[in-house]
Amino acid sequence: MIPEVVQTIPLQYYIYLATALFVIGIVGVLTRRNAIIIFMSVELMLNAVNLLLIAFSVYRSDPNGQVFVFFIMAVAAAEVAIGLALIVVIYRNVRSLDIGLLNKLKW
Amino acid sequence: MLSIISLSIFGILNLFLGFLKSRQVLLPATLLFLLVALVLNSLDWNDQALYFSDMLRVNNLFVNFSAIVLVTSLFVVGLSRTFGGDDEHTHPAEYYAILLFSIAGALMMIGFENLIMLFVGVEVLSVAMYVLTGTDKRNLRSNEAALKYFLMGSFATGILLFGVAMIYGATGSFKLGGIATYVEVAIRYGSVSPLLYVGLLLLFIGMLFKVSAAPFHFWTPDVYEGAPTIFTAFMSTVVKTAGFAALYKLASVAFGGAYGFWAQTMAIVTVLTLLVGNITAAYQTSFKRMMGYSSISHAGYLLLGVVANVSASPSAILFYSLAYSLATVSAFGVLMVVSEKKLYEGGADERYEAFNGLAKSNPLLAFVMTISMLSLAGIPLTAGFWGKFFIFSAAVQANLTSLLVIAVLMSCVGIYYYFRVIISMYLKPSDENPVIVSNGFKLTLLLTTALTLLLGVFPDLVKNIF
Repeated sequence: MIPEVVQTIPLQYYIYLATALFVIGIVGVLTRRNAIIIFMSVELMLNAVNLLLIAFSVYRSDPNGQVFVFFIMAVAAAEVAIGLALIVVIYRNVRSLDIGLLNKLKW
Repeated sequence: MLSIISLSIFGILNLFLGFLKSRQVLLPATLLFLLVALVLNSLDWNDQALYFSDMLRVNNLFVNFSAIVLVTSLFVVGLSRTFGGDDEHTHPAEYYAILLFSIAGALMMIGFENLIMLFVGVEVLSVAMYVLTGTDKRNLRSNEAALKYFLMGSFATGILLFGVAMIYGATGSFKLGGIATYVEVAIRYGSVSPLLYVGLLLLFIGMLFKVSAAPFHFWTPDVYEGAPTIFTAFMSTVVKTAGFAALYKLASVAFGGAYGFWAQTMAIVTVLTLLVGNITAAYQTSFKRMMGYSSISHAGYLLLGVVANVSASPSAILFYSLAYSLATVSAFGVLMVVSEKKLYEGGADERYEAFNGLAKSNPLLAFVMTISMLSLAGIPLTAGFWGKFFIFSAAVQANLTSLLVIAVLMSCVGIYYYFRVIISMYLKPSDENPVIVSNGFKLTLLLTTALTLLLGVFPDLVKNIF
């Protein structure tokens, strides 16, 4: 059932949507100054990938793509745990999440 | 293949060893674990097989790269000295466990046969490294390095994954074999999906981020400078070796058929990496930061081996990684003891000046450092010379003359900044007390130096195996 529903939208549109989400994520990473928002943008990039993988997987009737999505979700969860821990450590020391304040390392 | 399983189990065992009151047992235990993994790894010699439902390919290339990674980790662990002794804010059991897990990730990256395995390996390695970079929790520089590494690393992972998704869309497979077949057939009939090209480009950008090639290198010097020195040593050797094993495998096995498409782009990246790495390194005042740029420049030489893509490439890349890893580990080892007691601007003194007069205060350390710098600069009678020699001869075979000229010129620039250290050790006056080193530390440094010299005189010892 679900594959037919997914296929009511042509594959091209999934590629456009995923690319748009991905580009929004990249622009977010490059322009935002707050560590958490940068982090959210990275997650958006990963979810664009998930969407794309599922669309391809349905159109090819091949379950491998969906398996990959599970791997991405699991690894992204681990990354969130580590990332938030790092952000908490920094917040304790600096009392701010502005990456502009991180300028100790320069030549 | 057993080495990956055993490393994962040993990592968990190490966490339990953390419950013990005494921290003295951790270092020997970790060394033992790594030795066991090395033995298990060598059991896979001449075993051509696929494991884990065709996700991992074991062949001699895998065994060789894994052996380099494991030997380097042995030396790094040998230099670790239980991470700050009995300071209650350090958690050595966790650090050793995370190191073991990250080595398991590196082995997965080396042996992957399926892009899922590549992704999992890259992430196991990187996530562990984010943590280790930030282990000096009270130090703002370490915090900053960890956050930068984390944000840039996960950004790179996102790009890499988008590339994988595009390649899946074009070829319908995550397996290297399936992708290679598609590429070959599609190019022969001229019906290559544009998705493949986009995917290939993004996948390579993701991998080049991980091995810190220009123009995707900007995180490297910051992270190398901010991380605790012992983990910088680990990062610049193990992570780089595993990254290049993966990149070479992608380029030659999966996309060997599309060589005409990626060779030009990779050649440009190689030139940029060589130029940026070497020229910027010459301007540094901090030794540790210089080593960061130097690792970028060595990524350039290794990329030259990937671009050449001839039958001699894998053994040249192997030898170069080995020579580079040995020299880098001993350089960072000496830096660790030298910078420990001196202070500069509230942190450890990691400038060139920290080495002033080392030849008088501790001739042994000065000798180790000299050999390591000579090897990095590629002076004959050290392993680094043969590393460059093999890489350059692979480039000659592939007719990459213009690239070769740039590489040779840039290795001359390299001599300048490597020799600055030697000059400050031997010709500058010293005002410091003698530097004292423990026996285990001395042994590790002597081993790496001896290996560097041995491979410099008899490169065939390992070259015949590769």
